[in-house]
Amino acid sequence: MMHEPQTLVPATETKMTARDVKVFYGDKQAIKGVSIDVDMDNVTAFIGPSGCGKSTFLRTLNRMNDTVASARVEGTITLDGENIYAPTMDVVQLRARVGMVFQKPNPFPKSIYENIAYGPRIHGLAHGKADLDVIVEKSLRRAGLWDEVKDRLQDSGTALSGGQQQRLCIGRAIAVEPEVILMDEPCSALDPIATAKIEELIHELRGRYAIVIVTHNMQQAARVSQRTAFFHLGELVEYGVTSDIFTNPRQERTKDYITGRYG
Amino acid sequence: MTAKRLPTDWKSDVMRKRIARRYAAERRFKLAGLFAVLLSAAFLAFLLFTMLGNGLRGFTRTEIAVKVDFPASPLLLDPNAITDQSLANANLPMVTGEVVKRALGPNAEEWVSPTAWTVLRDKIKADPKILSRTETISLPASTAVDLAAKSNGSPEAEATVTQLNKAGLLSTGINWNFLSASDGTDPTQVGIWGAFKGSLLTMLVTLALSFPIGVATALYLEEYARKNWLTDIIEVSINNLAAVPSIIFGLLGLSIFLNFLHLPRSAALVGGMTLALMTMPVIVIAGRNAIKSVPPSIRDAALGIGASPVQVVFHHVLPLALPGILTGTIIGMARALGETAPLLMIGMRAFIATPPGGITDPATVLPVQIFLWSDEVSKGFVEKTSAAIIVLLVFLLAMNGLAIYLRNKFEKRW
Repeated sequence: MMHEPQTLVPATETKMTARDVKVFYGDKQAIKGVSIDVDMDNVTAFIGPSGCGKSTFLRTLNRMNDTVASARVEGTITLDGENIYAPTMDVVQLRARVGMVFQKPNPFPKSIYENIAYGPRIHGLAHGKADLDVIVEKSLRRAGLWDEVKDRLQDSGTALSGGQQQRLCIGRAIAVEPEVILMDEPCSALDPIATAKIEELIHELRGRYAIVIVTHNMQQAARVSQRTAFFHLGELVEYGVTSDIFTNPRQERTKDYITGRYG
Repeated sequence: MTAKRLPTDWKSDVMRKRIARRYAAERRFKLAGLFAVLLSAAFLAFLLFTMLGNGLRGFTRTEIAVKVDFPASPLLLDPNAITDQSLANANLPMVTGEVVKRALGPNAEEWVSPTAWTVLRDKIKADPKILSRTETISLPASTAVDLAAKSNGSPEAEATVTQLNKAGLLSTGINWNFLSASDGTDPTQVGIWGAFKGSLLTMLVTLALSFPIGVATALYLEEYARKNWLTDIIEVSINNLAAVPSIIFGLLGLSIFLNFLHLPRSAALVGGMTLALMTMPVIVIAGRNAIKSVPPSIRDAALGIGASPVQVVFHHVLPLALPGILTGTIIGMARALGETAPLLMIGMRAFIATPPGGITDPATVLPVQIFLWSDEVSKGFVEKTSAAIIVLLVFLLAMNGLAIYLRNKFEKRW
């Protein structure tokens, strides 16, 4: 039954689908057949104990696992109905369409302006300097950082605080106008105030982009997401409306996890 | 069965002794370090002191003021038609000898340098009217007189110096000739320019070959190559190559570049290629370490917004690794600059009296020049050898200074 797509939630517009996805690191199987749909209008949270494969699965959605030499992916993942593991798929374009924000803020050691402008520039999205300025301002505004940095766009991105750096990274991701944004524990290195700002930002970005967020913080999942998927030992145990998962889990393992029995 | 543990008595005698022992060990370690630093500083100071003491004299020369009565001299030159050709036909060396004999006495021809005639030639060329007057001209002294004037020479030379000094004819001038001339047979006529230019050309060839090839190799091995037995063998080979004695590279250069490819012997081109073989592994190893130390999060960040692998390398990895790569290049180039043995194998120890015009002309380099001069019999070469060492050290410092400047310029913090 695990291999059946769990479309129990009335989906709006399905953006990405995964069918029977298995990931191997050498001989070790990290993901054991996961099928899931990610839709456009909801924030989807992946929760689960450490090592359950939620980050690994997230990284298959924009083929970041390709950079790990020993990793092997089976099954199909589609973006707007197109198989992203098809040989004809251009990985570089895929990653522009499916952006990613990482666990640790990782701005480039360049100016704030350059951090945002880099993506549009390599993809040829801006026509001239003025256009690029517009994109930079728009992205920083959407990332909720504009007011804090507008007077020091030429300062180094690494000189910002941790929370600002993470918002800069979100701004960098949205500057290339992605369709999906993957966030891999984006708040795990941040203090509660910075975390609150990021969560607020996720609320604002919802609807414009399909957002998938991995978190080990269940309260965070409850706060920011409308759909929650619970992973355990490489399996997708349960997937449904967030409030149902937290108040009325149908699987014993989900219940044990959210009540703090393990994790 | 277990005895009840008493609270630790931190003030007991045993503890006090332990603390005293720990302090003593700290002090011993600190003193040993200090001693090592002082010892190496003393060696360095000794080296610099001797080099400067001997070498600075190599940049000066003793000059003898000679009154030259041009109209009375056996010089057959038309002041209105001075050309290089007419000067070459005027037998100036003989004339100079005559002039000096008339001015200072019958033995005086021995007192001036065999190259003294070039001074007269240059004077005449600069102002042909000089031929109709009497002029006092400073001529470079011979090696024997020069040595006696600077330190201690033979008894006859010392007597000459005393006699000239009494007449107030001796002076010390800067030996510009040393900076502009090339190798020669007489210590008073030799210069470092030929070897300096040879070193410069050789280093340019070495850098032009080893830097791009080394960096490209490091990038390929780190960023593209899959880890398998082949890349393992390549890695081990490169590491071993960096430890191969330099003379082996000389033999390799001899057999491949000269015997097989028939490139010009003794040329900066072949010297540079041979040294590039030697420098490349150093750059590859340093480059790989520098590339490895670029945080993976930067790669992820660039890949995550859709940068292609080539863009990741050239926009992010290489700029961040550049300071480390430059450090490796400095080390490799400094080693290549001081290298003598492999260059001897490819014929760069030849006697070359004209500076090379290009990378295919016969050339010598500074360390080989030092080696050749240190082998000379004439005592005048001692100070020239030291002076050449000073030039080599200055070259090395300038090169390192430039590299450090570039490294700091490219260094970025994150």
